[in-house]
Amino acid sequence: MLEQHLAALPIILPLIAAPLTLLLGRSILSWGFATFVSGCASVVAWQLLLAALSNGALSYAVGGWPPPWGIELRIDAANAFVLLAVTTISTLVLIYSKDSIQKEIEAHKHSLYFTAHLLCLAGLSGILVTGDAFNLFVFLEISSLATYTLVSLASDRRCLTSAFRYLVMGTIGATFILIGVGLLYMKTGTLNMLDLANRIAPYESSRTINTGLAFVMVGVSIKLALFPLHMWLPPAYTHAPSAVTAFLASTATKVAVYVMIRFIFTIFGVEHVFHEMNIDLILMALAIVAIFKCSYMATVQSNVKTVLAYSSVAQIGYMILGISLVSVTGLMAGLIHIFNHALMKGALFMAVGAVFYRVGSVDIKAFRGLGKQMPLTMAAFTIAGLSIIGVPLTVGFVSKWYLVTAALEQNQWILAALVLGGSLLAVVYIGRIIEAAYFQDLSDTLDPNDIKEVPLLMLAPMWTLVIANIYFGIDTSITTEAATSASEWLFQNHNLQEVSP
Amino acid sequence: MNSMILLPPFLPLLLGAFAAILLRGKLRNIIMLLTPVIGAANLYALEPGIFWSLEFMGYALEPVRIDKLSLMFGYLFHIASLIAIIYALHVKDTVQHVSGLAYAASAVGAVFAGDLLTLFIFWELLALTSVFLIWARRTDRAYSSGIRYLIIQVLSGVMLLAGLLIFAKINNSLLFNEIGLEHEGLAEIGAWLIFLAFGIKCAFPFVHNWLTDSYPESTPTGTIFLASFTTKVAVYAFARGFPGTELLVWIGVTMACFPIFFAVIENDLRRVLAYSLINQIGFMIVGIGIGTAVALNGAVAHAFNDVIFKGLLMMTMGAVLHMTGKINGSELGGLYKSMPKTTVFCIVGAASISAFPLFSGFVSKSMIMSAAVAEGYDVVWLLLLFAAAGVFHHAGIKIPYFAFFAHDSGIRTTEPPRNMLIAMGLAAALCILIGSFPAQTVYALLPWDSVYQPYDITHVLTQLQLLFFSALAFVWLNLRHMYPPELPSTNLDADWFYRKLAPAFIKRFASAVYGMYANTEKLAIASIKQMIQNSYDSEEEKPKGYFARLWPTETMVVWVAVLLAVYLLLNYI
Repeated sequence: MLEQHLAALPIILPLIAAPLTLLLGRSILSWGFATFVSGCASVVAWQLLLAALSNGALSYAVGGWPPPWGIELRIDAANAFVLLAVTTISTLVLIYSKDSIQKEIEAHKHSLYFTAHLLCLAGLSGILVTGDAFNLFVFLEISSLATYTLVSLASDRRCLTSAFRYLVMGTIGATFILIGVGLLYMKTGTLNMLDLANRIAPYESSRTINTGLAFVMVGVSIKLALFPLHMWLPPAYTHAPSAVTAFLASTATKVAVYVMIRFIFTIFGVEHVFHEMNIDLILMALAIVAIFKCSYMATVQSNVKTVLAYSSVAQIGYMILGISLVSVTGLMAGLIHIFNHALMKGALFMAVGAVFYRVGSVDIKAFRGLGKQMPLTMAAFTIAGLSIIGVPLTVGFVSKWYLVTAALEQNQWILAALVLGGSLLAVVYIGRIIEAAYFQDLSDTLDPNDIKEVPLLMLAPMWTLVIANIYFGIDTSITTEAATSASEWLFQNHNLQEVSP
Repeated sequence: MNSMILLPPFLPLLLGAFAAILLRGKLRNIIMLLTPVIGAANLYALEPGIFWSLEFMGYALEPVRIDKLSLMFGYLFHIASLIAIIYALHVKDTVQHVSGLAYAASAVGAVFAGDLLTLFIFWELLALTSVFLIWARRTDRAYSSGIRYLIIQVLSGVMLLAGLLIFAKINNSLLFNEIGLEHEGLAEIGAWLIFLAFGIKCAFPFVHNWLTDSYPESTPTGTIFLASFTTKVAVYAFARGFPGTELLVWIGVTMACFPIFFAVIENDLRRVLAYSLINQIGFMIVGIGIGTAVALNGAVAHAFNDVIFKGLLMMTMGAVLHMTGKINGSELGGLYKSMPKTTVFCIVGAASISAFPLFSGFVSKSMIMSAAVAEGYDVVWLLLLFAAAGVFHHAGIKIPYFAFFAHDSGIRTTEPPRNMLIAMGLAAALCILIGSFPAQTVYALLPWDSVYQPYDITHVLTQLQLLFFSALAFVWLNLRHMYPPELPSTNLDADWFYRKLAPAFIKRFASAVYGMYANTEKLAIASIKQMIQNSYDSEEEKPKGYFARLWPTETMVVWVAVLLAVYLLLNYI
């Protein structure tokens, strides 16, 4: 029984659990329950990935209505891979948040936080597993609304304006996606993704469909914070509670990148998007500017969360660059960087949250002398930072390796040089913080006896991610295999024959 | 032999580094001293061949490959690290001990790397571990110098990575064998990238600034580590990858000659040694460029000797800095009265670097010179002769003279701590031992087959004449007060060099080249500074202007509209 409905569980579990968490009320109870549910979801995601790798795509008809009439959930190598990353990180962040939110969210809002987190997880899982374009929009809205709530929960009042900006921009993005899907529906009369793909293919270049494509691309670009539509992201990440930032930075934008991949490769088709519309040129140009401009912005910021937020926008540039290369290796580099960047940024933001927990500030001045006072936290920050730079034996190196290989495959010398040059900027912005932590003295206003390591429940998830950073940097077989099969699968258009309405 | 568990060569030093993190006091000193000894013993037990191979992302890798060339450098690095550790034993700073050992481990790992990817990993580790030795001085100058050092070193690594990716793609193999510059198409770009990456680490002309900039900023003990490893790894990489590349002969000659002018006018005595380091590497690069068995043997033998005698000279200057807190030639002098042992060691080092017969420099430098003659590089031979005379001038006479003799500066101090004396004594003994019995020591380790006898009448006489006339010139110039005086204000700068010192024939050429170089550099630095100033308020330590602005939502909405319009317009193009 459970086996049959496995595909629906990643959505259903957190969705049902969310209101229950609110009813539980007490902080510790709701924490335990939310963590347990999220843990179950990651076990399910693991099962789904195994199933998808061995049997190929799984299809599940919601409510027994077969596609293309009903809503279809489809699990394949690409989304099972991302789903596993999202649910696992959600679980780690929840474990971490028990202590972290004590300092950042007022006590009576704690159960609200866990509820919103689960809703957000439900929305993100929904986006990943659904096979229906309109349903995707619905889940996008669920996750986004939950995200606005999460950002506005911080006790720092500035989070409210940030959340409001985020809300305005996020809504514009969602509306654009809705308009795009609406235009497609107008022309084809269907919403199932595979069915859409079948029906779009015959229209060589219909104006309606091209306009739909443009709206979807812009809408998704806002959601994934592609330069220059990234301006909502730095304030939102800076002022949100640390646990929320760690979760959003490593999942929400990644899921949006996945949505872009899905729309380009599954629905519109590579042929149409890249060869006829030349969208790869726009994406490539924006990605390169994002890498350099935002890395530079990161080097001059004084708030460490802002530094990392700008670095996130730059890293998204790397993912989009991979996609814009229009090759199996390029797409694979993009996919692998989605996973790897989640590991790095998760660990980094958790370390920053740990600093806030003890010092009460995340300004770069607050990091002075912490190398001695909080050795484990700063060691975690340093290793994850090296990973962002792309030092060998970390996942960052694996990402850069495949991205450069993909660029060289097409003789894009300049591009390869730019990718490697971008990492020099990362040396600067990470180096500044490490220098402050290890080579400067604790500021006088702080009492050295107060500044000690954070509780185990914060350190354990942080170090789990750090160890994953190193493990997947050395043993690349799992990640490359999953990413390669996902990207090969996305490039073949074999789905065209499968559904016949 | 089988009773011992064999380890990859870099592992003992790396484990030592970890031990140094955890331990303190006497126990740490003992472990640190044992580490290179155990490492060398482990090396002795290893058989030539491939020790460890594995598959990574579809390429066969050989992280540890052992042959005579790598073994020679392996022994050298163990000796160098033992001497440097003894020298640094009195230091209480954990950061320096750990990074010194880890740095030595990376150097050993790099010379045993059988493939380019492993080489790249250790290449980057060399940069990352060594920068802490510079920062450990804990001054603002050292900090910014370290940052510049790190950026250039990482740049070298990035170029190596780019080059190796091209090679991996074209040859479908990452193994590190002879590369050479003769390739077609893409492979040529790859070869040049690797060549330049090695060249940066080797302090080629115009990319040498990192060396003279950062080494003198390091701690007295850190410089010993720095001077021993990075450039020698690059020499090894050239010997393995580009033997017999003719371009290297000319690059090497330039490296041997141009630092002499800088060294003569420089006031900071450790910076003088940094220049002479480049000059000595020049000799090695010439040897590699000539590419015959004798020349290559000469190059690696000279690398071997250079680490020891340059280390010795650096140690004596470090001892002076440690005891007096001063290192400028103009502020020192007359120290032989209070530091007699150090003076003797310094003179041994000076005799070795100047290639006096019976001292170590002689047995290796003459190999390179003879090879140059044998292969018909007459001009090169003459230039090298000039460089050899110049070395004697600035390293052989200037260093001991200004530090220990000259006018009495009135400084009264004592001999440095005993561990420093032991380290210097060890290095001095090695210099004399190698110089007197080359066949039993350094020649026994040479990787290429060739027969060479340094002690024949021609060699000895030529060298002695050269040294004699060189010394005469110094004495004469000094008596006539024409020798460039040691001025406290002398801060080396390309302007000063070509305006005041150089004779007319160099003036034209050098001023054009250096002027261009200096202008470009100035312009680049100024524009970067301007960019940083515009975006960063260093007093309040926060971003300013454009970069601190929180963009209003309208701006973003405008961008949404622009982007949508661009997408839609693409429809019609």
